[in-house]
Amino acid sequence: MNIAAIVALCIFILMFVLLITEKLPRHISSLLCAVLTIGLVFGLCMRDTGAIWETLSLRSFLTPSFWFNKGTVEPSVGINWETILFIFGMMIMVEGMAASGFFRWLCISIARAVHFKPVPIFFIFTILAAVLSMFIDSITVIMFLAAVTVEIAKLLHIDPRPLLLSEIFCANLGGSATMCGDPPNIIIGTSLGYTFFDFLSNTGLIALLALIFSVLYFYLCFRKKLKAENMPTGEIALPNAKDAITSKSSFISSCLIFLCAIILLITHAQTGLTVSTIGMIVAVLTLLCNAKNAGKLVKSIDYHTLLFFTGLFVVVSGLEKTGILTILANAIQKVSGGNVIVMIVIILFGSGIASAIIDNIPFAATMIPVIRTLSSMQGVDLQTLAWTLSMGTDIGGSATPIGASANVVGTSISAKNGYPISWKEYCKYQVPVTLLVLAISTAVIIIRYI
Amino acid sequence: MEKPFIISVSREFGSGGHVVASALARYFHIPLYDKNILNKIAAENGCDPKLLQDYDEKPRNIFTSRKVKGYCNSNEANIANLQFTYLRDHADNGESFVVLGRCSDEVLRDYRNVISIFVLADIYFKKERTMEREHLSENAALELMSKRDMQRKYYHNQYCRGKWGDSRNYDLCINSAKLGIPGTCDFLIRYVEERIAAMK
Repeated sequence: MNIAAIVALCIFILMFVLLITEKLPRHISSLLCAVLTIGLVFGLCMRDTGAIWETLSLRSFLTPSFWFNKGTVEPSVGINWETILFIFGMMIMVEGMAASGFFRWLCISIARAVHFKPVPIFFIFTILAAVLSMFIDSITVIMFLAAVTVEIAKLLHIDPRPLLLSEIFCANLGGSATMCGDPPNIIIGTSLGYTFFDFLSNTGLIALLALIFSVLYFYLCFRKKLKAENMPTGEIALPNAKDAITSKSSFISSCLIFLCAIILLITHAQTGLTVSTIGMIVAVLTLLCNAKNAGKLVKSIDYHTLLFFTGLFVVVSGLEKTGILTILANAIQKVSGGNVIVMIVIILFGSGIASAIIDNIPFAATMIPVIRTLSSMQGVDLQTLAWTLSMGTDIGGSATPIGASANVVGTSISAKNGYPISWKEYCKYQVPVTLLVLAISTAVIIIRYI
Repeated sequence: MEKPFIISVSREFGSGGHVVASALARYFHIPLYDKNILNKIAAENGCDPKLLQDYDEKPRNIFTSRKVKGYCNSNEANIANLQFTYLRDHADNGESFVVLGRCSDEVLRDYRNVISIFVLADIYFKKERTMEREHLSENAALELMSKRDMQRKYYHNQYCRGKWGDSRNYDLCINSAKLGIPGTCDFLIRYVEERIAAMK
């Protein structure tokens, strides 16, 4: 291992330490480490200005394939601007939807449709969490769903925690089904050039199968807790869905833009529009339809997350260009003895366990060059490894309260409302179902692709 | 109508801070908010207070919790914030009360009618009280005192700009070993009366 590789590794470890200890905000940590990577690794150790430009990847904006691509997609290197632009666009769209009251309207309408009965609410909300998370980031889904869940649970005098635990897991599971569902999938898809439909027909099928088992699992675990023991008697002031809508015109336009985003994503392999273009289209449409509040919408974007991604891609590039990730790929190859099944099990459960402990976004970004190297060294189909990594990182993150962002938001909302969920209680329900889904994923991947 | 006032009592473990706070609440006929706040919060939210007690006045563990978009999933931090909101709401309502710990010196800092007190004591005094109250050996008492004070310090310093026990953060710091607990209570009653008079 040369000096550049050691420095790159030290910077990577420093970034994780800063992320875990939260001494600095997440985006500052990753940007600081990105600056260190550019200055120390590429500048001082490697003296390679070409590597800096390649990592910054600014030229990608000028290439037509960044916006429109119908042929073979070039795997991206360095900062994945396609991911960042797509997330930016989706953030604007989601902000517009949230401001119009769409999410609250949807949750309350569904709860009303089942007459606010706990068991149907359980089934519908868990499935809703999965379906919405296929198209919208699971943090936003849980933010709104959990708030309504707690509100309804309080009205019905039931413990909201069983519902929240099920919703959190299914949101993560739903996110694994599509390219835009979970940040690791966006990074995997844009880095390796896969389409929305590639994900839907591969991880989507696994997620659907896993969803059936997961919903049944949660129902068996919580069926007794879903019975309202002290059901309130008399009239309850149930929330009205119509009250959630802040502006009828914004609400209608939000629904149409959301529909448009889904159609564009499903057909992007046929139309040739890249996800960055789709992100920009939905952003522009949202801003045009909400012209009065456009400034407010743009200001409300979570720029910190976008900056975090930018820094993260640079730090991972440092590892990639100095050969650290090749060493990791070699280690996986050595342990697996060249056996593809063992390799799949290592990647799936390894990424699952790692994602349960650390943030799954940097982990996925780090593992992409590793699976690329493994594929070229071993001749294993890259797609197989990509689906394996996707399921491992997306599902593994569900196992602990800190594994995925949706878990953090869901458990936080629960505690803020007087229902703290301890690690013990969280893991008691989520670890078995995580292992179950990882096992289902392993079985499907081996049967289907090997 | 008498002007409302709030007495914030922070304390070292074993110094008798709870006894002092109770005595002040009794003397001035105002409620004492200590861990009983959790019962009130639980009643407001329709949950079991036992669910909240495990996280009372404990620092956030950075290794077992994360922050995402302003949401933090540390149960300790969320329960602490529920208590802070409860205290601010009652202060806003113009209520007089005594509050024990719960970062009240910082949480209520902006209210001009707050009298903040820190009760400390000599180690022998705290040790003897802890041994007697908890039925512990000398070493076990010292260990418990050190552990609980460390916990309170981390808890306080996570939410407050000023450091726990730093005299600059309180109106008055008092060593309860010097006058004994009854003497400390009498002294503080006189002090609070003077402060109330000065508020008018």
